[in-house]
Amino acid sequence: MSVAEAVTPAAVASEVRAVLPRPRMFSPRFLLSELMLIFGRRRNWAGLAVLAAIPVIIAVAVKFDPPSGGGGGPDFFAGITENGLFVALAALTVELPLFLPLAVAAISGDAIAGEANTGTLRYLLTTPVHRTRLLAVKYAAACIFAFASTLLVAGVGVLMGLILFGGGDMTLLSGRQIGFGEGVLRVLGVCAYLGICLCSMAAVGLFASSLTEQPIGAMIGTMIFTVASFILDNIPQIDWLHPYLLTHSWMNFGDLLRDPVNFTGLREGLLRAAAYAVVFATAAWARFGGKDVTS
Amino acid sequence: MSALTTTSATGPAGLAAASAGLAGPAVSTTGLTKRFGHQTAVDHIDLAVPRGGVYGFLGPNGSGKTTTIRMLLGLIGPTAGQHTLLGRPMPGGAGTVLPRVGALIEGPAFHPYLSGRANLRRLDAADRWADPATAGVRVDAALDRVGLLAAAKKRYRAYSLGMRQRLALAATLLVPRELLILDEPTNGLDPQGTREVRTLIAALAADGTTVLLSSHLLSEVEQICTHAGVMHQGRLVAQGPLADLRPAGHRISASTPEPEAAVRILGELGVTDLARDGDEVTGDLGDTPPEKAVAALVHGGVPVRGFTTVRPSLEDLFVSLTGEGFDVSG
Repeated sequence: MSVAEAVTPAAVASEVRAVLPRPRMFSPRFLLSELMLIFGRRRNWAGLAVLAAIPVIIAVAVKFDPPSGGGGGPDFFAGITENGLFVALAALTVELPLFLPLAVAAISGDAIAGEANTGTLRYLLTTPVHRTRLLAVKYAAACIFAFASTLLVAGVGVLMGLILFGGGDMTLLSGRQIGFGEGVLRVLGVCAYLGICLCSMAAVGLFASSLTEQPIGAMIGTMIFTVASFILDNIPQIDWLHPYLLTHSWMNFGDLLRDPVNFTGLREGLLRAAAYAVVFATAAWARFGGKDVTS
Repeated sequence: MSALTTTSATGPAGLAAASAGLAGPAVSTTGLTKRFGHQTAVDHIDLAVPRGGVYGFLGPNGSGKTTTIRMLLGLIGPTAGQHTLLGRPMPGGAGTVLPRVGALIEGPAFHPYLSGRANLRRLDAADRWADPATAGVRVDAALDRVGLLAAAKKRYRAYSLGMRQRLALAATLLVPRELLILDEPTNGLDPQGTREVRTLIAALAADGTTVLLSSHLLSEVEQICTHAGVMHQGRLVAQGPLADLRPAGHRISASTPEPEAAVRILGELGVTDLARDGDEVTGDLGDTPPEKAVAALVHGGVPVRGFTTVRPSLEDLFVSLTGEGFDVSG
C-alpha cells in the first residue's frame, strides 16, 4: 500500500476505462474463466488421465493377447484387431457405466456446492452474477467437459488403435463394410450422442450441487442416482420403470454402427436426455434462484 | 489532466450521475427483519447510511451484523421489510446497483489453487460491467493499492490471513465504487496492515465513496467513521453521527495526597459518580469545565499532583447500550 498511496481511484479511472457504459449482453469471459478453472485444476487433470489410460490399456492388452472369437466381452473387442477404430468404441463402452459418469459428476456436483464450500459463491453473486446466469455458465462448462471427456477417450482410442492395428475399412455391427472416413464419422457420431447423454446427467449433478454446500456430497449423490439407474435398468421385473431412467438409452449408441442407422432408438435417447436436462436444470434454477446464501 | 476529465464520466462521479436518487441515503432499510426458524437474527432495523459518510456498524458477535450485510447485498432474502442501495430498491435493482458496490463479506474467500492475480481476474471476468480491455491494468492497480503486487503470482493457499484480507479488499477496488460494504476489513491484519487499511478507507472516503464498515475495533471506528450504528441482539439500538452518539461531558481523574478532601470539594461542585482509589479520585464532570474543578480544588487547599480529563469513548457508549464487553456473543 505504501507504493500506491498516491494512486487514487480517480487516477486509476483516468488512466484506464474501468467500467463499460453498458453491461456486455453476451460475453464468453466468464465461461472461459470457468473452463480455465476446470481444465487448470490438477484434480481434473488426474481424472482425465485415468479416462485416457483405459483405451491405451485396452489397445496394448489386445495387441499382446488378441481375443478369440465368441468371447464373453463387449462386442467391440473382437473388432479391434481388424480395425483400430474399435479401440475407441471398446473404451467408450467400458467407461460409460462408471468412469465417464464419475468425471461428469465430479464437475457438475462441484458447480455450485464447490463455490459455496470455498465461500467464493457470495463474492460471485455480489459481483454481481445473476443466479440464472451463474447456473447457465456452470451448466455450459460441465457440458463442455462432458464432450471433452468423451472425445478424449475416443481420440486416444483412435490414436492407439491406428498405431497398433491400423485403419482401413470398418465392418459394422450389421456386417456391412464402410470406408475409413465414414468409420471416423460414425465414431464422432457416437461421441456426440454419448456427450449429449452425459449432458443430461450433468443437469442432475447441477441440481444436486444446488442442494448442498458439500461438493463431495453432490458428486456422490449424482453417482448414486446414475448407478442406480443402470442397476434398475437391468431388473426386468420393473420394466415399467425403465423408460423413465436416466441411462436407459445410453447404450443405444450402437445403433449408429448399423446400416442403415436405426434412428428410432437414438431419437428416443436424445428426447430422454433433453427431458432430463430440462427437468433437472429447471429444478436447480427453482432451488437456487431464491435460496439464502449463507456460505 | 485532460484524460481525467474525459474519462471521469465512467468513474464514480459519472456512475453516480447516471443513477437515480443521488441525494438519498446510500443504504436505507425499513423494518428489515430476518428470522431463521424461531430465532430472529435481525429485528426490524431501520438503517440509514448517508452518502459520502463512513458508517461504523458495531455490535457484539452474533448481534446480526453479518446477516444484515448479507440481506443488503441480496444474498439472503429478508423475512420482512425493504431496503434500498444507492437509491434503488433491492433485490430488484441488484443488476444495476451491485456493480457500483464493492463488498467484503465475512472474511476473504478465493480459489486456493489460483494465484492472487488469477483470482482477481476471475472475479473481473464475471463482472459484465467491467471493461475486459483494461482488466490486466486494473487488477494490478488493485493489487498494488493493497500492497500485494509482489505476491500476485503466489497461490492463494500460500497467503497469510493478512494477505488474504488484503486480496479481498483488492477485489472491491477492481472498478470504481460508489459504496463499499466492508465486514471486518482489518480482521487478521498486523498493526501495520491495520493502519494501511485505515489510510486506504480514509482515502476512498475522501474521494466520495460511501463506506459501511463493520468492525470489532471501536477505537478504529472512532478514528475513521463519521457515523455509527450499534446492533444488539438483532436490533439497532443506536444510530447517528458519531459526535451525537458519544456521551457528553468529561470524566476527570485527580491525583492528590488528600483524596477525602478532594471528594468533598468535587462533590460540592456537582461532580457525580465519584470514586476513590488510593490517591486517585475519579468522577463525571458533566457540563462543568475542567479548569473550574482544578480551581475549586486549589482554592479548597487540596494539593493536586495530577489532573486528567478523558472524553467518553465509543466503547463507553457501546458498553452502556449492550451491557457487555465487546467480544461477548449476544
